Amino acid sequence: MDTPSTKTTQAQPPVIDIEGLTKSYDQLTVVDHLDLQVERGECFGLLGPNGAGKTTTLRMLLGMTPPDSGVLKVFQQSIPAFSRQIRRQIGVVPQMDNLDPDFSVRENLRTYASYFGLSGRDLEKRITHLLEFARLTHKADALIDMLSGGMKRRLTMARALVNDPQLLILDEPTTGLDPQARQLIWQRLRELRHTGHTLIMTTHYMEEAQRLCDRLAIMDHGKIIVQGTPRELIQQHIEPHVIEINGVGQEKWRAQFKMDESMRFETLGESLFIYAQDEKAIVADLCEFDDVEFIHRRANLEDVFLKMTGRDLRE
Amino acid sequence: MNTEVTDVSMKDDGLREVGWLRWYPVWSRNMRVWRKLIGPALLGNIGEPLLYLFALGYGLGGFLGKDIQGLEYVVFLASGLVCSSAMNTASFEGMYSAYTRMAVQDTWIGMLTAPLSIRDIITAEVIWDGTKSAISVTAILLVASIMGLVADGWAILVIPLAWLVGACFGSMALVVTSLAKNYDFFLYYFTLLITPMLLLSGVFFPIDNMPEMVQLIAKALPLYHALGLMRPLMIGQMPVDILLHLMVLFAYIAIAMPLAIRLISRRLLR
Ligand SMILES: Nc1ncnc2c1ncn2[C@@H]1O[C@H](COP(=O)(O)OP(=O)(O)OP(=O)(O)O)[C@@H](O)[C@H]1O
Ligand SMILES: [Mg+2]
Repeated sequence: MDTPSTKTTQAQPPVIDIEGLTKSYDQLTVVDHLDLQVERGECFGLLGPNGAGKTTTLRMLLGMTPPDSGVLKVFQQSIPAFSRQIRRQIGVVPQMDNLDPDFSVRENLRTYASYFGLSGRDLEKRITHLLEFARLTHKADALIDMLSGGMKRRLTMARALVNDPQLLILDEPTTGLDPQARQLIWQRLRELRHTGHTLIMTTHYMEEAQRLCDRLAIMDHGKIIVQGTPRELIQQHIEPHVIEINGVGQEKWRAQFKMDESMRFETLGESLFIYAQDEKAIVADLCEFDDVEFIHRRANLEDVFLKMTGRDLRE
Repeated sequence: MNTEVTDVSMKDDGLREVGWLRWYPVWSRNMRVWRKLIGPALLGNIGEPLLYLFALGYGLGGFLGKDIQGLEYVVFLASGLVCSSAMNTASFEGMYSAYTRMAVQDTWIGMLTAPLSIRDIITAEVIWDGTKSAISVTAILLVASIMGLVADGWAILVIPLAWLVGACFGSMALVVTSLAKNYDFFLYYFTLLITPMLLLSGVFFPIDNMPEMVQLIAKALPLYHALGLMRPLMIGQMPVDILLHLMVLFAYIAIAMPLAIRLISRRLLR
C-alpha cells in the first residue's frame, strides 16, 4: 500500500461517498442534503464557519452520529451499519483531545492500539517510530497532564496512526498549535498523502487548507456552497487582485477614485478592501496619495471563504 | 489496490477478530489504571467494611452479649459485610468511575473511534465491576479468616459469587450513570436504593422480625439474594434456594445491562 499515489484511474470507487446526507438536532438542520466524494489518495479539506456542520459530518462518517437520511459509504461499506468494522482502517484526530490522563504518553499509544487487538514487539517498534514522528520521544514516560496543548495534539495525531490506517479523519488537527508544531503536522500530513493515505480534514486556517488540500469544500449551514481545488476556487469565485487600504486618508481617496465594473470594495473594521480584475490603475492612483497605507496582493482562499460565507460572526 | 478495499470487511468477519473478546482490552485498561492507584483504591474498598467489622462486630456484638442465629455477632456481621462490600464496590465503580470515563475524560468516546461498540464497552465495564468486587471481597475474606471469622474452605466460593454480585450491581449502576448529569445525581440512587437495601436486607441483623412488607421488598432486591448465597458459605452451611438466588441476580443483569447499553448509546451516539 505504501506506494505513492499516481493519478487514480476513473474506475476506482471513492473512499468516501456521501449522498443526500441529512442530520437535524431538534428543529435545527445541521447537515442538509450533503453530497461529497473523496477519492483514494487525496487530501480533502472541509471548511466552514463555526457551526457549519463539519464535525457532525465527520462524526457521521465514523458512525458516531446516526444520520436522519442519506447514503453514507466508506470503503464501499454502508455506514453506520458497518462502522465498527470500518474504523479498523481509519485513524481519527477528534476536535477535542480525549487522551487517557491515567497513562503516560507511551501507555496511551499502547492502550489505544489494544483496542485494535494490536500488541507485541511489532507494536512497540511502531510506537517508538510514532513517538519520533510526533517528536515526543523525550516525553514518552510523561503523564498527559504534564504535556502542553500542542504536545497533546501531536500525541493524538500519533495515536491516530497506531493502527496503520488507510483513511485519516482529522478535525482541526492544528488548532492551538504554535507555528513550529503546525509546520511539523503539515509535513507529516504531506508524508501521509505521499504514501497513498486518504485524508479528510477540517480547518479554520485558510493558508493551511490552500497548502495541504487537493480539493476543498466550503460548507455553511450544513450545505456545501462551493467545491474544487484551491486554485479553481480562487480563480472562479474571486477577483484575482486584492488591495487593502488603511490610514486617515482612505475616505478622501475613495471619494475621488472612480471605480468601474471590474472592481468591488468592502470595508472591514478600519480597512478598505478592493477586489479587482486589474490592480494597476488603483495602485497608481494610491501612489499619488500621501496619507494612505496600502498592500496589494493576490487573492487567496481566505478571500473566497469570506466572500462565500459572509463576514458576520456565527453564533 | 482494489482487493484491499474488500479486505476491509473480510478482516472483521475472519478469525482475526474474536468478537466476544472485544471487551478484553477495555477491561484490561481499567485494570491497569486501577493497579496504578492500588493503595487508595484498596483502602477505600476494604477499609470501611473492616472498620464496621471491628466497631460493630466487637463493640456492638459484645454489648449484645447473645448469639444471632446461633452465631457470634461478629461472625454474622462479617458474612454480611463481605456481601455488602461487593455491592458497594461495584456500585461506586459503575457510577463515579464510569461517569468519569463517560462524561469527564471522554474515554469511551476515544474507544468509539476504534473498532469497538458501546456494547463492547459496557460488557467490559460490567465484567470489570465484578472483578473489582471480587478483589475487595478477597481482601476482606483474607482478613476475616485471619481473625477466625470464616468457618471453612468452602468460603472460597464467595469470591466467584462476589464477581456475580458485582456484575449485577455494576449493571444497575451503569443504568443510573447513563442518566446522570453530574456526580450529585448518584446520591439519589444511594439514598433511595443502596442504603435502604444495605439496612434492610439482613447485613447487620436478620430481617425475620421486620414487617411483612419490608421483607417482601427486600426479597425483590438483589442484595438479599446475594446474602442468601454468601452468608451460608462463610459460616460453614450449605445455601438453600441456590437456583432462585442465582436467577434473581442474573435477572437483574439481564434487564439492567441491555438497558444501560441502550441508554448510553442514546446519550453518546447522537
Ligand atoms: N449533540 C448535539 N445536540 C444538539 N446540537 C448539536 C449537537 N452537536 C452539534 N450540534 C449543533 O450542530 C451544529 C453544527 O455543529 P458542528 O459541531 O458540526 O459544527 P462545526 O462545523 O464542527 O463547527 P466548529 O467549527 O465550531 O467546530 C451547531 O449548531 C451545533 O450547535
Ligand atoms: Mg467542529
